[in-house]
Amino acid sequence: MPANETRQSTAIDSRLLRDLKKLLGKDGVLHKPEDLLLYEYDGSVEVARPDCVVFPRTAEDVVGIAQLANRHKIPLVGRGAGTGLSGGAIARHGGIITSFARMNRIVEIDADNQRARVQPGVVNADLSTAVEHLGLHYAPDPSSQKACTIGGNVSENSGGPHTLAYGVTTNHVVALEIVLPSGELVHLGSTALDAPGYDLTGLFVGSEGTFGLVTEITVKLTRLPEAIKTLLAIYDSIDDATETVAEITARGITPAACEMLDGWTIRAVEDYVHAGFPLNCSAILLIDVDGLREVAEAEAKDVEDVCRRHRAREVRVARDARERDLLWKGRKNAFGAAGRLAPSYYTQDGVIPRTKLPATLRRISEISKKYGLQIGNVFHAGDGNLHPIILFDERNEKQFRDTIRAADEIIEFCIQVGGSITGEHGVGMEKDRLMPLLFSEADLNLMRRVRDVFNPTGLLNPGKILPDSKGCGEIYVRPQPASAAPPA
Amino acid sequence: MSMTSTEIASRLAEIAGAANVASDPAQTAAYRVDGKTPAAVARPGSSEEVAGIVKFAAAERLAIIPTGARTKLGIGMPPRQYDLALDMTGLDRVVAYDPGDLTLSVEPGITLRKLESVLGEHKQFLPLEVPFMDRATAGGTIASGVDSPLRQLYGTARDYLLGMEFVTGDGVATKSGGRVVKNVTGYDIHKLMAGALGTLGVITKINLRTFPMPRMTRTYVATFRWANGACEFRHAIARSHLRPQSIEIIAARDSSLLRLDDRPEALFDKGRWSVLVSAAGEAGVLDRYRSELETLARGADRNALESFTELSDADQERLTSYIREFPALAPKASQPAAILKISALPKSLVGLAEGIRSMAIKHDVPWAVMMRGVGVTYLALMARDQSAESLRHLKDACSSALRCCVERMWGRGVMLWCPPEFKREMNVWGESSSDFALMQKLKNVFDAHGIFAPGRFVGGL
Repeated sequence: MPANETRQSTAIDSRLLRDLKKLLGKDGVLHKPEDLLLYEYDGSVEVARPDCVVFPRTAEDVVGIAQLANRHKIPLVGRGAGTGLSGGAIARHGGIITSFARMNRIVEIDADNQRARVQPGVVNADLSTAVEHLGLHYAPDPSSQKACTIGGNVSENSGGPHTLAYGVTTNHVVALEIVLPSGELVHLGSTALDAPGYDLTGLFVGSEGTFGLVTEITVKLTRLPEAIKTLLAIYDSIDDATETVAEITARGITPAACEMLDGWTIRAVEDYVHAGFPLNCSAILLIDVDGLREVAEAEAKDVEDVCRRHRAREVRVARDARERDLLWKGRKNAFGAAGRLAPSYYTQDGVIPRTKLPATLRRISEISKKYGLQIGNVFHAGDGNLHPIILFDERNEKQFRDTIRAADEIIEFCIQVGGSITGEHGVGMEKDRLMPLLFSEADLNLMRRVRDVFNPTGLLNPGKILPDSKGCGEIYVRPQPASAAPPA
Repeated sequence: MSMTSTEIASRLAEIAGAANVASDPAQTAAYRVDGKTPAAVARPGSSEEVAGIVKFAAAERLAIIPTGARTKLGIGMPPRQYDLALDMTGLDRVVAYDPGDLTLSVEPGITLRKLESVLGEHKQFLPLEVPFMDRATAGGTIASGVDSPLRQLYGTARDYLLGMEFVTGDGVATKSGGRVVKNVTGYDIHKLMAGALGTLGVITKINLRTFPMPRMTRTYVATFRWANGACEFRHAIARSHLRPQSIEIIAARDSSLLRLDDRPEALFDKGRWSVLVSAAGEAGVLDRYRSELETLARGADRNALESFTELSDADQERLTSYIREFPALAPKASQPAAILKISALPKSLVGLAEGIRSMAIKHDVPWAVMMRGVGVTYLALMARDQSAESLRHLKDACSSALRCCVERMWGRGVMLWCPPEFKREMNVWGESSSDFALMQKLKNVFDAHGIFAPGRFVGGL
């Protein structure tokens, strides 16, 4: 059912509101319509209004919130910074949004064991900053890392450019403290590795807020590399760039990151960030190699060699940290740049086997021509994770419909070549309808029953991942501000 | 179970073909688990046949244990019921291998050696250097959750597992994940299957990420007089920029336990603590490893360092196979023996080493220990001889070690291998954790009739 319908049916009970205020204090609850506006959105194109937003400070508060939500049979949704790109933190069917903004403490840094214990509201980049003086960092680095929270990252199993070599969130989370929708507090996993029993931590990470609310996370910290080399390879043809990526992979070189931007995106970014990208090219690759000094130097040479063999017009190597940061700033702000050029944009998040990159980009270009829509490409080329950005004006109804069609056609092609419908943004309320393209009814049924173990009433983050709210395919659109949260 | 083994066999023959079914005790004996012999063995050739067999077993409430090379059936508690061995070695195909994408899809019965040669042709590999390497299958390796020294750099199978197909307890073929290296579509159910010891489903397909094979590998050994030096060396490496592919601290206090006839003598002298570090890379990089590791070893505890050596190719091969097989020393030992796996944190390794030493001395049992750089520790304990008294000493030492895991906070302990009779009085999995209720509920979702290896896993799952 459409979100607006359910919203009315779950108008908040005054007793519930009173109980929540009693639990969290007056400043711990928002319920006036004007206060709720901000919480209708995340970084995607989805919109739905919660009935109230609450701000717990402790795990006990979260237990209390869950108990109240359970007693009042009202949906409960967790929320970090709201930078998600699939509607994971949106109250699709109304209810209580639990914002972790006030649970943002780094509880413990254990440098000797390379672990950190954090509350869910800790901003991703803040953890890396806090451990930098120890020569450590938290490796997963979504492009929104200056805003997004680790709790949100856990829910979405977030990636980022450097997950190519370092792995995604699930590879770095060892233990969790969670609150089940029943209000029960449970510990999963352990600080030491290989706790006996089923890998519940591995199951939980990426469950998109449908299993439990995370109240504490224990992560691995990774040693910072001794040396990083950042290369910028410039191409006159997209095919040459994609073939470079395929050969880097085939040669057994694993860069720390390997990102591609096409000509249109480069010009949009350059106009906005002034990263020093050339304006008259068809594609660039932004590649990081790192590790021991000797390793980084040798790999940089190998990568440069492959780039040149595939007709790179020019290969620049960043001379210092400042140059490197500028290049990366260009990449990480690409989506913000796109937001300046059209009233709205839609970002797809398909994954393909890396050898299929050239064919897939050609297909995207055909789709762009077919619908007369501008599609920019900026993505994690090294692991085949595409982020085509389709620009549109939502006031033009036909263009909006075409946008959705074009996005679907891209995803269908990804599936056709052996890929997947989301690499790091999540299924959420955006792609639940696409799940049957990849999974059988039996597969989905098992997933439903697994979810029911944690969330038997279905009131925790309802309407996400699994297509069980049939007919819920609407996509809501809003104008994108220029500062739209960039995807990973 | 009300059916006779002949009846079971004839029903199985309808599904998998008579040639792939056996109920003759001479054949079923090879599938024994902790003294229990199944009534029949079936060797399916496809996932459809697996589903058919599971459906039949579910209807008749027959308990199934899926097997590969049958090297790790001693892990876990004795099954409460065991009627049917599902020999998965008939599903041994490479379903898809895309070297350019570094992805692989295989059936579970394929051996790791076979995979090694398939991947080797494209200069790729899987970082699964696991015990019983010469026989083990991919399915058995992943289902049993055994780890590899290479986890220091590559993590464990759950880190490069991309997806799986499996048959659940109602005989339904299901899947999760996919075949691409980055994917967040749906719940990661395959992560549950890894290390579940076949208690949630029968794995029929495994999708993995492969890795480029390093061109050159070198192993360095620093030998210390006491554990502190060895552990300090481990910490110094962790604080450096070096990224070795494995770090193992080894102390072997009784060579008879370890059957190290062909060992490089100096490394395992009684009372010594050796740290084996292996690194991969080009010659210049390896030179740097050598000199920097030596400096770190000297800095760790100058008075304790006895030697620092770069191993010859032959010694490297011997030592690599030795540390790979260490977690399986017990089932291979000539005397009754046990292996305790301890989940410890790196910083607690020194205390753990000391605790192990005093515990073993107290119980008068030969012992050896291997502590991985990531903290996971394997303690081998052995009876002096076959006598009842020695066996009792071993059993006391095992109970005491499991107790120390809790009381002395060594870390979560699992008795990975021990003489089956010990299991009558000992819970090899140790205490259950607070998330056990969730595990129980999940088990019910996957296996409502409790037909998959009932009782073998944590908490009697």
